[in-house]
Amino acid sequence: MSGFSTLFLKEVLRFWKVAVQTVGAPVLTALLYLLIFSHALKNRISVYPDLEIDYLTFLVPGLAMMSLLQNSFANTSSSLAQSKMMGNIVFILLTPLSHHALFAAYISAACLRGLLVASGVIIASMFFVSVPISNIFYILFFGTCGGVILSSLGLIAGIWADKFDQVAAFQNFVILPMTFLSGVFYSVDSLPPLWQMISHANPFFYLIDGFRAGFFGRSDVPIEISICVVSLVSLFLSLGCLSLIRSGYKLRG
Amino acid sequence: MDDKVRPALEIDAVSKSFGAVKAVRNVSFSVPRGEFFGLLGPNGAGKTTLINSVAGLCRVDHGSIKVMGYDVSGDYQSARRALGVVPQELVFDPFFSVRETLTFQSGYFGIKKNDAWIDEILFGLNLTDKANANMRSLSGGMKRRVLVAQALVHRPPVIILDEPTAGVDVDLRKNLWSFIQKLNDEGHTIVLTTHYLEEAESLCSRIGMLKNGELVMIESTDRLLQRDKECVIRFRVKQPAKANSSPLEALLPDTVFLESGEYLARVPSPSEIEGILRLVRELEYEIDTLETENEDLEDVFLSIMRASPERSE
Repeated sequence: MSGFSTLFLKEVLRFWKVAVQTVGAPVLTALLYLLIFSHALKNRISVYPDLEIDYLTFLVPGLAMMSLLQNSFANTSSSLAQSKMMGNIVFILLTPLSHHALFAAYISAACLRGLLVASGVIIASMFFVSVPISNIFYILFFGTCGGVILSSLGLIAGIWADKFDQVAAFQNFVILPMTFLSGVFYSVDSLPPLWQMISHANPFFYLIDGFRAGFFGRSDVPIEISICVVSLVSLFLSLGCLSLIRSGYKLRG
Repeated sequence: MDDKVRPALEIDAVSKSFGAVKAVRNVSFSVPRGEFFGLLGPNGAGKTTLINSVAGLCRVDHGSIKVMGYDVSGDYQSARRALGVVPQELVFDPFFSVRETLTFQSGYFGIKKNDAWIDEILFGLNLTDKANANMRSLSGGMKRRVLVAQALVHRPPVIILDEPTAGVDVDLRKNLWSFIQKLNDEGHTIVLTTHYLEEAESLCSRIGMLKNGELVMIESTDRLLQRDKECVIRFRVKQPAKANSSPLEALLPDTVFLESGEYLARVPSPSEIEGILRLVRELEYEIDTLETENEDLEDVFLSIMRASPERSE
């Protein structure tokens, strides 16, 4: 087994051993959102009227992507912060693992957790609503890019944080607002122009919009733009993470 | 230099600061292959910083470090493959069992199917019956043994133990040292830091001493113990035939009278014991009992540390 596959397996086992908490609970949370928001808003929000998609169906991809983003972030940030604070990060740092292998293993495991949670949300939703699939490539592409972007942010937060408080602050004051304001619960087209502009500056919006396009074949902005934006953000954050790991910032004294 | 004769560890003009604190100052020394080397020094001397620099856990400001000829910065992968480090802190991953921990550690080094060696290490460290126990359930001493096992899974030719017996019981210490001694006999180079100087005295063939980040002494253990071979003699005398006006301790140099009725005298070397005894006889005292005590490593360590200048920063 290579160093990469060992670290990947270890990271997967780390969340899988507590799967009720790391996979089951986020699926349940997303289903509760689905239940409550659809009940409260189904007659107030009109989405894609020409496609005759009801609000409950519209919500599913957004909630799946939101869960994917939050869990990808949580996996890398908690794993790295915990290892740093408990000191067991030395077992990784003492090994000949390359910077690329270390980065790829953490990111792949976090993406896997995010995709598992998102799949769980979609599969569980299918008991209540029929969710169409228009383009599986878009679903996989935006799902994977969402995982890469958020797990990279999680890695950066985990490296930067000296205390769990700081990870929580990063999650609550950066990730959560950006996720909620990215069009999970509504179509950005329905917002006033200023808020549309602000939403378009949020890279999470392109993730959700592109992901949703994979289900409904319809997006708020042209899909090519979303593909370009998320590809560039994924690349930028991956390179940033790699350079942070290579520099040893807050990892090697 | 031929790779086969290169020292196991080469430290060349290494300096490392943390802000204004100079933790390691221009330290240079090498450890030949197969040596059992001791690195001693008081708390804050820079031992752990130096070890962390060797292990790549911190990056030096100046100088270079090579493990088995591989630069720890330029060729870090080869250097880390050649090195096993037992960290000072009692750290562990609470998610996994002992065997999982060791299997993962092997995997990080790209080693597949390492079960036979893992079993041997577990047996050697008396951990066989704990192989499937979760790390959280182990006592401190057992966790310490797992740390040692983790450092050995990839059979490194150079093993660094940073205070491996701190806070562990006598049984474990004996068990651990016999296992480490066996590895040294098989050709592994061992670098040890410890505060138990009797351990260093009995195990290490050469010792380096750090103080305030500087290497103040590096010498073979035998020579170190011969150095400044001050001798202490402890003796009891019978009353003299003729009573002297002054007590004996006032008449002999560097002699004190103890409450036990004995005298304690320090002489610079064993050859000068006879001079003291002759003086006692000339004062017409008769020696009743006599014992000599040699300095151990602890005395040498303390005298070197006291002799080295203090630094403020």
